[in-house]
Amino acid sequence: MFKGKKAIIFGDRDGVPGPAIAACMKAAGAEIVLTATECFV
Amino acid sequence: MPDPVIAAFSCILAHAPGFVRYGSKPSREIADRPALVLSAIEGHLRGFEEVVAYPPNQVFIGNLKPDDLHGIGQPWYDHPVFPAPRRGPYGEIYPEELLLGMIKLADDFGLVEIEKDSAPVLQGLLESHPFWRGADPGRIGQGVDPGRVDGLIEHSGSLPLFHGGRRVGCVNRHHDRDDNLKAHVLMENLLAKASGALALKNLLRSADIGGDGLDLLLNCSEEAVGDRYNRGGGGLAKAIGEMCGCVASTGCDVKAFCTGPLYALLFASGLVKAGLYERVAVVGGGSLAKLGMKFQGHVARGMPILEDVLGGIAFLVTGDDGQSPVVRLDAVGKHDIGSGSSQQNILESLVLKPLDRVGLKVTDIDKYAVELQNPEVTVSGGSGNVPLANYRMIGALAVLRKEIARQEIDRFVREHGMPGFAPTQGHIPAAVPFLGHAMDGIRRGELNNAMFIARGSLFLGRMTQLSDGLSFLLERNPGRRK
Repeated sequence: MFKGKKAIIFGDRDGVPGPAIAACMKAAGAEIVLTATECFV
Repeated sequence: MPDPVIAAFSCILAHAPGFVRYGSKPSREIADRPALVLSAIEGHLRGFEEVVAYPPNQVFIGNLKPDDLHGIGQPWYDHPVFPAPRRGPYGEIYPEELLLGMIKLADDFGLVEIEKDSAPVLQGLLESHPFWRGADPGRIGQGVDPGRVDGLIEHSGSLPLFHGGRRVGCVNRHHDRDDNLKAHVLMENLLAKASGALALKNLLRSADIGGDGLDLLLNCSEEAVGDRYNRGGGGLAKAIGEMCGCVASTGCDVKAFCTGPLYALLFASGLVKAGLYERVAVVGGGSLAKLGMKFQGHVARGMPILEDVLGGIAFLVTGDDGQSPVVRLDAVGKHDIGSGSSQQNILESLVLKPLDRVGLKVTDIDKYAVELQNPEVTVSGGSGNVPLANYRMIGALAVLRKEIARQEIDRFVREHGMPGFAPTQGHIPAAVPFLGHAMDGIRRGELNNAMFIARGSLFLGRMTQLSDGLSFLLERNPGRRK
């Protein structure tokens, strides 16, 4: 689904963390160029 | 040996509108567009009376219960509490003038200079306050000429101090080539020390003991006190203890992002149970960096800037007194390195595992205290309702365990949760503001227990992608059941 696409991923401490999104995106074929999780409070 | 108890609790707020400009977000935005942002901030600051009458602040100091917020219309800032005492059972809301006097009192190195027009006012306030009457108000002295402050700001890296829109002094740097001793960092550290001291003084009064009645202090403030060779080295525990006359106590700092207060409580409990110390106080001062964090959302919606207070917490851990609520050390929840970072993994580690260990169900816990950020602050800033999201996840765990039906989640949230009421001060809203309410609820027989859950964002330091978390169970003292 994301084959050939580059992905920049921002996760949320109180939502879905970055590495979890990255794992899904990678499985869907994306190239992960940056993963970070932020805390918004 | 029985588990230790929490014998006393303290929670304070210090109004700090003149410091909002030095919060991390405001200071970055002001650097980009000075006149526009500064005037927007100044036009949305609250007065002290509004801060005292703000319903979540009245909950914070214990004059209202958290669930009372369900009965107050929102926005809460349009529904002030009347009458609104500035003192409550857990602590006090302090005006900015007293905070300014306190940072001068906290200053051992000539870091703070007060102008001579303002010095007598600050000195008078400190002398009239019961906590500081015995301190050395002479530290404020006669004050300095405004021309000296002009020169320090222009040539020596000092930062001006403001109150009521007027400059009242400055904070100096203490080294011209050390980023850890520049004025902004020292201001941050002094504010944490001063607000921590206010919380600890309140605790000592609440526990009815003198400063010399403690033998260990654990500071859980977030600031990285140190110089260029040891950023974050620490020392705030003893600095706060020194201000409060804790001459028989030693101490150190416990760092764990927002999980700090719970780690400190766990260490305090373990040390008391092991018999190494008898009376351990945990103290946390407020965070300058978080002032005005969501100011853009507040300004855009025509709201007052609600992140205008520093928080302070303190609690006293002692051996079993047969009365106070017990920290059950067999029901501590921890988030192991190998646990994974998904919300489900974290909450299973922090809620289900400790409950399983002691044979309790999710619904056996009367109240869960999670991250208790005031949603009025965060929703308008686009960050959602953090406590509500956490309560819904705990409710979902109860559904997965077939303790409640899916359609009962809202009722579970209402009965076992509470609205957030704490300022967004990092470690301050991390479950512990409910301690006083839980202790009183247990003493009155309204609650049997409460679980406290805090989470830490270790990934913010860019050393690991890991999260952190800790939980503990507070329970009615078995001695009181008899």
